[in-house]
Amino acid sequence: MRWLLGRIGVVVLTCAILLVANRLLIDNIKEYYISVLVLCGLYATLAVSLNLINGITGQFSIGHAGFYAVGAYVGGAWTMLMRPLVVKSLPILQTGTQLGDHLNLFIALVLGTVCAGLTGLLVGLPSLRLRGDYLAIVTLGFGEVIRIVILNMDVVGGPRGFTPITALVNDHGIPLVWVFGLLVVVVAFSRNLVKSAQGLKFLAVREDEIAADAMGVNTTRVKVTAFVIGSAFAGAAGVLYAHCQTGVNPDSFDMNTSITVTTMVVLGGTGSISGSLLAGIVLTALPELLRYDFIKDYRMVIFSTLLVVFMLTRPQGIFGHREIALPRFLRRLIRKKENAP
Amino acid sequence: MIQLRQKSSLFGALLLGVALFGIGCKDKEEAKPSGTGKTGETTDTASRGNTVTGDTIKIGEYGSLTGDNSTFGISTHRGIQLAIEETNAAGGINGKKLELISEDDNSKAEQAKTVVQKLVSNEKVIAVIGEVASSRSIMAAPVCQDAKVPMVSPSSTNPKVTAIGDYIFRVCFTDDFQAVVAAQFAWDQGYKNVAVFTDVKSDYSKAFGELFAKKFKTLGGKVAAEPTYQSGDVDFKAQLATIKGATPDAVLIPGYYTEVGTIARQAREVGLSVPLFGGDGWESDQLIPGAGIALEGCFFTNHFFSHDMTEPHILSFIAAFQKINPGKQPGALDALGYDAAKVIIEALKRAKSLDSVALRDAIAETKDYQGVAGKITLDANRNARKEAVLFKIVGKEFKIFKSYRPEQVGL
Repeated sequence: MRWLLGRIGVVVLTCAILLVANRLLIDNIKEYYISVLVLCGLYATLAVSLNLINGITGQFSIGHAGFYAVGAYVGGAWTMLMRPLVVKSLPILQTGTQLGDHLNLFIALVLGTVCAGLTGLLVGLPSLRLRGDYLAIVTLGFGEVIRIVILNMDVVGGPRGFTPITALVNDHGIPLVWVFGLLVVVVAFSRNLVKSAQGLKFLAVREDEIAADAMGVNTTRVKVTAFVIGSAFAGAAGVLYAHCQTGVNPDSFDMNTSITVTTMVVLGGTGSISGSLLAGIVLTALPELLRYDFIKDYRMVIFSTLLVVFMLTRPQGIFGHREIALPRFLRRLIRKKENAP
Repeated sequence: MIQLRQKSSLFGALLLGVALFGIGCKDKEEAKPSGTGKTGETTDTASRGNTVTGDTIKIGEYGSLTGDNSTFGISTHRGIQLAIEETNAAGGINGKKLELISEDDNSKAEQAKTVVQKLVSNEKVIAVIGEVASSRSIMAAPVCQDAKVPMVSPSSTNPKVTAIGDYIFRVCFTDDFQAVVAAQFAWDQGYKNVAVFTDVKSDYSKAFGELFAKKFKTLGGKVAAEPTYQSGDVDFKAQLATIKGATPDAVLIPGYYTEVGTIARQAREVGLSVPLFGGDGWESDQLIPGAGIALEGCFFTNHFFSHDMTEPHILSFIAAFQKINPGKQPGALDALGYDAAKVIIEALKRAKSLDSVALRDAIAETKDYQGVAGKITLDANRNARKEAVLFKIVGKEFKIFKSYRPEQVGL
C-alpha cells in the first residue's frame, strides 16, 4: 500500500513539474525555442521507443519512421476528416475551446497509437522470425512501403503533404505538456518493463535467443510484443508531431528519419533508456545550437564530425548498457555527504 | 508481488495519462483569467507585426542550403545576396543598411517551420524570402501569416502556397499557368494528339499533367495515352512502348530532369522519335549530360530568364552576378531569388512606415516591376502575373523559342 502511494506521489509530482515548467516556459521563451523543445521531445520519444526494440530486445529495426508516419497521418485524418463528421452529434468535440481541443488530441492520440501498434503487429508477425541483417532489411522495406502507400493516397494529400492540420491546442505552450507527458510515459513504461519479471524475458532474448528459447521463453512472442509497443509509441509521437507542426509531408518520414532515430539509439548506448533519451534531445538540439553567426555555414560539417568523434571515442554509446537514474544519483550524493564530515 | 508490481506500473502509466489529461482541462479554467490578457495581446499583435529598430533593416531567408535540394537553395541564395549587396552599395534604404539573415532548413519541412519561427520571433525580421520547394513553403507560410510578416517565395509554383493568407506572395508563375501555356504551345505547334507521361510521386507532375489535358482538350486536341512512372525508376521502356503504340504527335513529360534524361534516351531506343516537351522541372545543368542527344529539338516551359538574353537590365544583372561568382552563369533560380529580394526592397522604398504590416501593403501594390525574370505584377491572389518562356534544346544550349503572356492563353 505504501508502495502504491509512492507511485501515485511520483505521478502527481511529475504532473506538477510539467505543469509548472510549462507555465514558466510559455510565458518567458520565444516560439522558436518552444518548437525546438517540442522536436527534442518528439525525437527523444522516438529514440526511447526504438530502444525498446533495438536496445532492450536486441532486434535491429531501421524502419521506425514508418510507424511515426502512420501515427501522424491517422491523427491528422481524425482531426481533419473524421472529426467534422462526428462533431455534429457530439458538440463537445468542437475545436477552438480548450476542452474540445484537448479531447480531440486525446482521441487522435489513442487512434494513432492503436493504428501504429496494429501496423507494428502486421509487420512484426511475419518478419520477426528473421534475425539480424535480414530483419533490418525487412523493416527498412516496410518503412518505405508505408511511406509510398501514403504518397499514393490522395485523401491525405499524397505527395503535396497533408496540410493544414488544425492546431488543436491553440495556446502554443500546451503542446509542450503533451509532448513531454508522452515522453515521461514512454520512459516510465520502458523503465518499469526492464525492472519487471516480464522484462527479463526481453533481456533474455537480447542476450541469447537460443538459450531463452530453451528456457521456455516464447521468443517470437516477446519480439513481436516489443515491436508492437515500440511502434505504438512511435505512432503516438507521430500524432503529436502532426498537430504541433500543423501539417505533415511524406518527406518527413523517409529513410533519413529512420536512420536518425537509429543513430540516436546507438549513440546513446543501445539498451540504455536514459542514453536514448539524452541522445534524442542532444542530436535534435545540437544542429539548432550550431546556428551561431560564423559557425552557421559549417554546422553540418561540425555536426557530422562530432558524431564521428563520439562513435570513435565511445563505440558503446554515451552510457553503454548503463543507466543514470535520479534516485540513485541522489542516494549517492547523500551518502557522500554523510561520509564527508 | 511481481504481478502486483506489473499491474501497478501499468496503473501508474494510466494514471499519468489521465492526470495529464486533467492538466489540459485544468488549464482551461486557469487560462480563463489570463485568457483575457491573451486575447488583449492578440489584438495587439493584429496591429503589430515586426518593426525595424536600430540601424539595419533585417530581412530573413530560409532555404535548402544543404540536403537533397541544396543546388536550388544555393542558387536562390546567390541571387538574394546580390540584390541585398547592390542596395547596400547604393546607400541602403532611408540611410539604413539591409541585413540578410539566412537560415538553412536542410531540405526538411519540419526545419523550415522551425527556422522561420526563429527568423520571425527571435531575429524580428521585417520580411521573409523562401522557399523554392512548395512543400516547405506550405509548412512555413502559416508562421509568417500568424506573425504578420510578409513572405515572398521566389519559385514555389504550387497554387496552394499563396492561398495560405494575405501575407504570402510569390514572384513566379503558378503550375496552373505553366500547364496551360504548355497546352497552348502544343496546339500552336500543330500537335493534335499528345501523350502525357506523368510522375505519380510528384504532385507537381500530376497537377501539370491533369491541367494540360484539360486545356488541351478544350482547344480541340486529343490525349493519346496517359501512362505513369515514379521518380527513382530507371526503366521506362514498357510505358514508352505503350506510348509508341498510341502514335502521338508529341509527348509531354512534366517531370524533373533526374528522370527526363533517361526517359528521353530510352524513348529513342524504342524508336519513339516524336518531340518531347515538359516544364520548369527540366531546367538543370544535368539535363543534357543525362540525355545526350536524345533531347535535341525538344521544348520546355520555364521562367522568363536566360543568360543569353540581351536586354540591358539582364546584361547588367549577369555582369554583377559574375563579379561575385566568377566563372558562373546565373540560372532562373538565381534570377528569381534576385527578383524576390528586389520586390521587397522596392516595396520598402514605398512603404509608409518601416514595419512588416506597412511593408505587406506595399508589396501587394507591386505593379509592372521590371525584374530580371520578367515583368512582375502581383494580382489579387498575390501571385505574379508574368510571361512564361519556351526553351528549345539546341546542342548543349537552351534557346528561347517563344514566350506567352497570361492574356495570350486566356488567363
